[in-house]
Amino acid sequence: MNHYFSEIFTGGKSLLDGLVVTFKALISPVVTVQYPREKIDISPNMRGHIDLVKDLETGQHRCIVCGLCMKNCPCGAIVVKGEKQEGVKGKVLTIFNLDFSKCSLCGLCVESCKKSAIDFSDEYELAAFSREAFHFDLLKRVQQDDTK
Amino acid sequence: MDFIVDIIAKYSLVRMLISFLLIIAIVMLNAIVMGYLERKICGRIQRRWGPMEVGFHGWMQMFLDGVKLLAKQLIVPREANPFLFRMAPLLCFTPVAMAFAVIPFSESFYAMDLNIGLIYLLAMGSLNVFSILIAGWSSNNKYSLFGALRSVAQNVAYEIPILLSLLAVVLVTTSFNFKEIVDYQSGLLSFWMCQPVAFIIFLIAGCAETNRLPFDLPEAESELTAGYFTEYGGFSFGLFAIAEYGNLFIMSSVATIMFLGGWNGPFGLDFYSGPILGVFWFLLKVFILMLIMIWVRWTYPRVRFDQLMNLSWKYLIPFSLINLLITAFIVKII
Repeated sequence: MNHYFSEIFTGGKSLLDGLVVTFKALISPVVTVQYPREKIDISPNMRGHIDLVKDLETGQHRCIVCGLCMKNCPCGAIVVKGEKQEGVKGKVLTIFNLDFSKCSLCGLCVESCKKSAIDFSDEYELAAFSREAFHFDLLKRVQQDDTK
Repeated sequence: MDFIVDIIAKYSLVRMLISFLLIIAIVMLNAIVMGYLERKICGRIQRRWGPMEVGFHGWMQMFLDGVKLLAKQLIVPREANPFLFRMAPLLCFTPVAMAFAVIPFSESFYAMDLNIGLIYLLAMGSLNVFSILIAGWSSNNKYSLFGALRSVAQNVAYEIPILLSLLAVVLVTTSFNFKEIVDYQSGLLSFWMCQPVAFIIFLIAGCAETNRLPFDLPEAESELTAGYFTEYGGFSFGLFAIAEYGNLFIMSSVATIMFLGGWNGPFGLDFYSGPILGVFWFLLKVFILMLIMIWVRWTYPRVRFDQLMNLSWKYLIPFSLINLLITAFIVKII
């Protein structure tokens, strides 16, 4: 009989405790994000596809067409080509293509780059309907990019 | 204006027609408002926003859902009993709408003034089980049948504490008429103060009677997909949902009338009540109770079936019986 009444007391108390928990959740701020309109900041460690880095001083990319990234890429996703031009020291980058559908995001290209000319981007909205949409022309991207 | 009042007073048919239309409108509006509040509060309790896309903070979501349900085809399963299958949602919805007829929103805002209003309302409330049983049996689905059987057992068990707890109030007021019961509480006294046990028992049993979450075994999603309305789609499903919220409103308004003083202002403040303001107080109390029920729903997990039965037969019924006996004793002495 004692058990009967103590169960009512402890049970009722724990039920009220539960109500307090949900009430606290009810008045505390919402944690979800209304995605297409609201976005959370990307972590600096984010590994998107690679991008040519724009040098803040010159406003140009830093690539010297050594081709190490292309040689290091285990997937063969990178194609780099350059040519000699009049009055310019070293080679000039003419093609830097990335086939992102092959890329495994291993990061060997970024590691091997002596000039730190490539880095991971923070792009993550990459859904597309065709394979060709993932063939990125990184040279074009870095020239068009006005933000950095 | 006087002309209209005259007509309404003269022809009871006009009064019936108007109140019928109003009742249907209230039942539908209640379902829309409660559905929206339920989804919003559920979201906030789970730290989400709830519906946000349609209109300001998603206020049009329920209207759109209604349109979607209306536009859908009504499918009858091949092995089902087509007549009963089509009948069940109507049988579920009709008693709810009929029960609204005796609910007094204020001293002059009601459809019918029955002297056995409470009995009528409880009778209509228990017809709900009938439609659930028909729906579960006629759809020829094991989940539906299980849901229906559970619902019947549950409603049989929880009807008793409801009746016993309400009877304790009726013993004091000596009337089944809602107006007289509310008039009895027009002063400082409301019955939740002198009958707190009956009030709590009524709230718990009312939750079970409306098949709300701590006791939603008839539609337990994780076990029975959707319970008795598994096979229903389109607006027949919509009618079940509307009837569920209608039942919630009825239970809350019975609690308001019997325990919280109906349309009277709080603490016997007479100058705040009246035929129009009374509606405000009544709806305020009803909505506070319904919000508490939503809050309870998103707090507790579902009880097991033996726990459900234990709660009713071992706790609620003995306590309501003792409460009733003590009340009868005190009423007899005074």
